[in-house]
Amino acid sequence: MGYYQKEIECMPREEIKKLQGERLVWQVKRMYERVELFRKRMDEKGLKPEDIKGIEDLAKLPFSYKQDLRDYYPFGLFAEPLKNIVRVHASSGTTGKQIVVGYTRNDLDTWKDCMARQFAAAGATDEDIIQVSYGYGLFTGGLGAHGGAERIGAMVVPTSSGNTSRQIQTMADFGTTILCCTPSYAMYLAEAIEEAGLKDKIKLKAGVFGAEPWTEDMRHAIENSLGIKAYDVYGLSEIMGPGVAYECSCQNGMHVSEDMFIPEIINPDTGEVLPEGEQGELVFTTLTKEGFPVIRYRTRDICSLNYEQCECGRTFVRMNKPTGRSDDMLIIRGVNVFPSQIEEVLLKISSGVTPNYQIVVGRENNTDTLDINVEMSEALFADDIKSIEKIERKIVTDLRSVLGIGAKVHLVNPKSIERSEGKAKRVIDNRNLRD
Amino acid sequence: MVKQITVFIENKPGRLMEMLKALAKNDIDIKAFSLADTTEFGIARMIVSDENAAKKAIDDEGVVARICNIITIAVPDEPGALMKALEILKNNGISIEYMYAFAEKLDGASVIAIRTDNQELADETLSKGGVKVLNQSDIEKL
Ligand SMILES: [Zn+2]
Repeated sequence: MGYYQKEIECMPREEIKKLQGERLVWQVKRMYERVELFRKRMDEKGLKPEDIKGIEDLAKLPFSYKQDLRDYYPFGLFAEPLKNIVRVHASSGTTGKQIVVGYTRNDLDTWKDCMARQFAAAGATDEDIIQVSYGYGLFTGGLGAHGGAERIGAMVVPTSSGNTSRQIQTMADFGTTILCCTPSYAMYLAEAIEEAGLKDKIKLKAGVFGAEPWTEDMRHAIENSLGIKAYDVYGLSEIMGPGVAYECSCQNGMHVSEDMFIPEIINPDTGEVLPEGEQGELVFTTLTKEGFPVIRYRTRDICSLNYEQCECGRTFVRMNKPTGRSDDMLIIRGVNVFPSQIEEVLLKISSGVTPNYQIVVGRENNTDTLDINVEMSEALFADDIKSIEKIERKIVTDLRSVLGIGAKVHLVNPKSIERSEGKAKRVIDNRNLRD
Repeated sequence: MVKQITVFIENKPGRLMEMLKALAKNDIDIKAFSLADTTEFGIARMIVSDENAAKKAIDDEGVVARICNIITIAVPDEPGALMKALEILKNNGISIEYMYAFAEKLDGASVIAIRTDNQELADETLSKGGVKVLNQSDIEKL
């Protein structure tokens, strides 16, 4: 299918490396001058910006972490004064506090290019009608996809998430040709279309799906039920948002926009860079970002990179679908959830003693379910139902406000949560989302 | 007042049975029993022959239990007797949270456990109003 910027997307690899080197030198110098934490880490390693002369010096640079965004919350890692920041997005951190990222006008512009590359690869042109059913708001999904769709010149239908019956009616009435949402919501929409008897009126030809893990089986199910080709898009707000890597019609890995991002695969335990093709933790360096640039950011996603040239003609390296995480983050209904966020809520409720708990994630009717079992204790127990129900309700409301999604809470007997080697098994994910 | 044991009943099949089995195994006699439940969990409240032994047996099963005091009255087995006792509470602005009856009678009178929002005041006003309020030693006779 089509290219959006052929001369870049198919650039010879030597030229890509050269361009990356030049941009890396620029970014390192700029961040050293402007970002206190980066300067501190460089100094600790005894590195000066002049020591970075090209792409070959990348591995010398210090890593950066999600925790940094919490430590410097909200704007402490921005490399531009706030007057040059034109947009912020936020997502969940490892604890109650959200993490914030900022974009300059140029950043929004390059982000649009990133997503436009995805849409073009999915066959989109200015003739298309693209329905964005990702949530709009602090989450990068909605506005990220929106920007790319506009850049292609398609007609954008910004339905945002939710209200399924209106979604499918709009899709039928407007003749939507490309759908953007999470893969689980795509499955849900497919069923709703079937049930509403609207299948004949749906004109979809492609879908761009991301923000949560999904399997090849899910891809086939979506493609068959909606009669479309389903494309996988990768991104995270710390790097940019959706469009960091995009899938072509070969559906054999996602092309990383290497003119803007350098991916590396490292051993998550030692930090050393792994040989080409090996599986490990994905690390990104942003080459063109102005507002919130990062050097060697640890994504915690486990995957591998394939440098062989793709049949589509693009020379950009392909990352395979992440097969897991090097931390305990869960993605539930497209939202990042850390067990530590849940633990923090429980700790507050039971006056300083964390009750034993277990997080059970499942999927029913293509929607993720989140159940939290909390072991009853004498501290939480009372003679009257009202006060126990009050505690239960407080856990539910606090979780909703911290996580942004609903959870069911079940009070269970003490010591009933399965333990292995004395430690309670904290997370049970029954979804089988990885191939 | 009389000692009551309150037990958390998890919302899973067989949990109540397990608790009762543990009491039986330890020769603990249940004199009064009530079960309150919500969609998510239940609470069993009991007056037993030996609350400390009961608590230990239940703890050993890995179930949470608590011992607390509850007002227990004996009302003559005649129409309106219970109503009269409850009226005393109402007239003193005391509300009832829950109540349940014993299986056995005491000298022909019905025995009833009552939890109110003010246990001390309830104890005092019931006694003053001529209602027979029982203590732990009365219960042991049952
Ligand atoms: Zn390709």
